[in-house]
Amino acid sequence: MALKGNLRDFTITQLLNLINLARKTGTLIVEGPNERVLVSFRDGKLAYAQAGQEDNGLVAVLYRARRLSANQSKALKERAGNMSDKELGLLLVNANYITQQDIINSLQMYFVGIVNRLFTWVEGMFRFENELLPPDDKITVRVGLENIIIEGSRRLREWEQLQDEIPNLDMSLKFAERPGANIRNFNLSVEEWRVVSYINPKNTIRQIARATKMSDLEIRRIIYGLLQAGLVEIIRPEGPARPPVQQPSARPTVPQPSPEEQKSLINRLIMRIRSI
Amino acid sequence: MQTVKMVVTGPFNAGKTEFIRSVSEIDVVSTERKISSDTERIKETTTVAMDFGRITVDDDLVLYLFGTPGQRRFDFMWEILSEGMLGFVVMVDSTRPETFREARTILETFRAYAPTPYVVTANKQDREDAWELEDMRIALRLDPKLKLLPCVATNKESVKNVLLELLYSILAEMELKEKGK
Ligand SMILES: Nc1nc2c(ncn2[C@@H]2O[C@H](COP(=O)(O)OP(=O)(O)OP(=O)(O)O)[C@@H](O)[C@H]2O)c(=O)[nH]1
Ligand SMILES: [Mg+2]
Repeated sequence: MALKGNLRDFTITQLLNLINLARKTGTLIVEGPNERVLVSFRDGKLAYAQAGQEDNGLVAVLYRARRLSANQSKALKERAGNMSDKELGLLLVNANYITQQDIINSLQMYFVGIVNRLFTWVEGMFRFENELLPPDDKITVRVGLENIIIEGSRRLREWEQLQDEIPNLDMSLKFAERPGANIRNFNLSVEEWRVVSYINPKNTIRQIARATKMSDLEIRRIIYGLLQAGLVEIIRPEGPARPPVQQPSARPTVPQPSPEEQKSLINRLIMRIRSI
Repeated sequence: MQTVKMVVTGPFNAGKTEFIRSVSEIDVVSTERKISSDTERIKETTTVAMDFGRITVDDDLVLYLFGTPGQRRFDFMWEILSEGMLGFVVMVDSTRPETFREARTILETFRAYAPTPYVVTANKQDREDAWELEDMRIALRLDPKLKLLPCVATNKESVKNVLLELLYSILAEMELKEKGK
């Protein structure tokens, strides 16, 4: 029997449960109002995904996972353009630039992210094609569906809750005016720093999400946290014409080892090379 | 386990692969290819993606040496190889002044990737037609304070000396920064 229907009658959670239990191999195609998503499975495990026209090539995925800088990914795209993902992956691993595990993790995170997005869809047609498999030259993964289903249902509840808290992404943010509260004293995650660095009454939440490449859920979650901590306040955007997103003035810096540690490391290198 | 890296760069045929081979404890993992274009057929093979050598310091520290490809059409690998490097060596073939300008460009490019210390080596100093160091400094337009070191890449002691001088510069830079604070 053909596995096809409407998401209103059969939810993503139910579909994934079925694919998992029946250990299905093939591709699930979901056509939403704005986007068409393909998710491939092998023996009931997530193998590959493609969302709309979104670039899911290795370079784009590594860039999104912050494993490549913008310049690097641009150069790689231009110069290694006709290499397949598998070949390019091998080259990067051999260059000791990235580990195989890093590549797999980045792809898993990206593919799981696409599936997670589906959980918030209420509208859309789906069908499952047994014959359709990921392209041969693409790197595939193997991710069990159980956790995705559990996490997905949890996200769905959270999503509904966050939508109540931050109903509109076209609003802007500004730093709360609390004398003595210095942003640098807060223990922010890298993701939170990225958002913080774009906070400006001229940028809407939606623009910040785009600039930081975060999904609606991710940006809502972070902003909800910042609001709860009293760091930011929501404001109406300034006027109708909005300039493009302002670049952050200074990038947050990663913690460096102490000067003593660094010097001791160099001294160890010196001793070693002298002894060759 | 911590790993650190240094990059060995320079024009085509400068001796980068040879340099790493002289000190690496593993056989240098080279991605050498036969040369196809006539203009560059002064030798049989060239490095296409990188050379890769290793020096184990102790149980939890390893130094990797990366050699860049000399041919410009592989320069898309440069930035990737330079990411997070402690410092770099620019190798220049002392017998081929026609490559000095290229060496200068490569030096500038790497300096733009990262503000790490670096040294320049005048390689193949064992050859009769090698240029004198001071002439090379002028031709390469190097700052008088920058280290320009004589080198014979096939000689281990000579390569060790270059790596040590680079490490001394890295150390000096750290101390300078500390004082500045
Ligand atoms: N006499 C002499 N020959 C050297 C020295 N260093 C390298 N050579 C020779 O110069 C040639 C080029 O050396 P490579 O190490 O392949 O140079 P490379 O910089 O890696 O070259 P590409 O990867 O093609 O850019 C080889 O034939 C080496 O044996 C040196 O110090 N003295
Ligand atoms: Mg070489």
